[in-house]
Amino acid sequence: MNLLLEARDLTKNFGDFEAVKNLHFTVNEGDVYGFLGQNGAGKSTTLRMLLHLIKPSAGEIFFSGKKIGEGDNSLLKETGAVIERPDMYKYLSAYDNLNIFAKMSGIKVSRTLIMDQLEMVGLAERSKDVVKTFSQGMKQRLGIAIALVHQPKLIILDEPTNGLDPQGIADMRNLILRLSREMNKTVIVSSHLLSEIELIANRMIIINKGQKIIEGNVAELLDPSNTLVEINTTNNIEAIIQMQNSQWASLLEGNSKNIKLRMNKDDVPALVKSLTEKDLHILSVQPRHSLEDYFLSLTNNDTHVEPFAN
Amino acid sequence: MLSLLQIELYKISKRPRTYIAFIAVAAIVFIFQFAFKADGQSYMNLMLQSAGDTFDIDRSKAINGYFMCYIILNTLLIQIPILIALVAGDAISGEANMGTLRLLLTKPISRQKIIAAKFFASLLYTVALLIFMAIMALFLSMLIFGVDDMLIFRVKGDESQILQITKDDVMWRYVAAFGYAAVALTVIAALAILLSVFAENSIGPIIATVCIVIVCTIVSNINVPIIDKTIKPWLFTSYLVGWKGFFYIATDEDNVPIKGSIENWPAIRNSLFILLAHIGVFFGAAVWFFKKKDILS
Repeated sequence: MNLLLEARDLTKNFGDFEAVKNLHFTVNEGDVYGFLGQNGAGKSTTLRMLLHLIKPSAGEIFFSGKKIGEGDNSLLKETGAVIERPDMYKYLSAYDNLNIFAKMSGIKVSRTLIMDQLEMVGLAERSKDVVKTFSQGMKQRLGIAIALVHQPKLIILDEPTNGLDPQGIADMRNLILRLSREMNKTVIVSSHLLSEIELIANRMIIINKGQKIIEGNVAELLDPSNTLVEINTTNNIEAIIQMQNSQWASLLEGNSKNIKLRMNKDDVPALVKSLTEKDLHILSVQPRHSLEDYFLSLTNNDTHVEPFAN
Repeated sequence: MLSLLQIELYKISKRPRTYIAFIAVAAIVFIFQFAFKADGQSYMNLMLQSAGDTFDIDRSKAINGYFMCYIILNTLLIQIPILIALVAGDAISGEANMGTLRLLLTKPISRQKIIAAKFFASLLYTVALLIFMAIMALFLSMLIFGVDDMLIFRVKGDESQILQITKDDVMWRYVAAFGYAAVALTVIAALAILLSVFAENSIGPIIATVCIVIVCTIVSNINVPIIDKTIKPWLFTSYLVGWKGFFYIATDEDNVPIKGSIENWPAIRNSLFILLAHIGVFFGAAVWFFKKKDILS
């Protein structure tokens, strides 16, 4: 795969606060690249630096092998973006909004082009309605149409599922997959919804406090041989004693209230079998959400509210 | 650039607040015209009390379209900056408030071009408002009150003056006065756009612009020598009413007005230069700060 975008040592300081520190990442052509981090991790600041909305304090950005200097719009010409909320001119119609931003993208605009784009996101029938009458999901789809109207190579979506209902989230996920698989677009999508990234991205980066924690292929990072499994039995103390004297001893984590084993997901049936053979009654076996667990372990379980223990 | 300007004008035309200024101007002009049509003669008699028979003009014709427009402009051009600020103060901050600024700036257009398009759109809005004012205050008044020689009441130093301009010598003065007013009001637009760069809602820059205009106008009217020499020459508000200079006709040795003349053209010319310099400084600063601004909205 060809390298499309590279950020080298990207840094942004707001006064004494370092929002992004020496961030280095690469995005290949055709990637759905997940940008993962907690709120305040520096995701939006980084994406805004890529889009020239925020001036980096240091670092370089390369697009299609070319360094992007100040005032160089070549990256913006090939990029469509929806940053945080899909805000647009609420007093104008969907058609007018799309028409305005299409013209600003520097392309030749026709009525057919605009209507085709609205058709693609399912808004053709509402083309004449003013945007203030739209639901959040409709605004999000119009935002995507605006981002796509000039046929960019790269789409940047910052928290695209924020504020959407479950149906809206599913629609957005399908749209992103269509962009990647049918239209061959490269997509950078940021989110703190880890499950979303897991479902759509092929590569990802995790950042925390402005710094890269890890970058790589989602499939490799979510190795099933490293799954955290939570087990609850009628007698957890006895279960731990039994496991400490068995092949599972080296995999044990947690305590009697919360038995955890880091293990290969494929070995879970064997574990269950060995416990039931010892007359232990299993109440639940739950492989923890792999990416969430992974993410929390990498960010040192940097929780802000104590977990609820029942 | 032309396409950007068209987009900006389209957006302005679609916003209800754009028409507040036009409605306000129409309302004020109608009130003036109604009042003077109903009882204008009393006003004229009062103003001409001291003049006796000095002027070769039929008093019943002294209230004519030209005179009405002058009276209306005297009042309106002081208030118009507030109406200009309503639109220009919203130029950048309104986009930030709506969240469209970040979308706008992810398009492959330089920030200079974007702010220039907004400035020129505000300029055209100002000109449109002045043309509307000209139609309402001048041409409509000419239809209602007719046309005759124009009388100007002026306070010069400690003395009051009444100047008479013949009817065939008036129209070009209005054209020039409206041109001057356009430059003066563009200073307000440039100031409002500059303040708009720093804000993320429209109210702040609109109120700040109005406050600056009010404070500077008050200072411009304080008659203390030290302020006259050190501060007033630098305040744009000292030159906002410079359009009146086009109606201050020069007189010969016998105090007879000289047709087609202006009493103090160099003063008007200098005022125009100073206003243009203010536009340059305000707009230049707006471009500079806008280029450096991190978009966090």
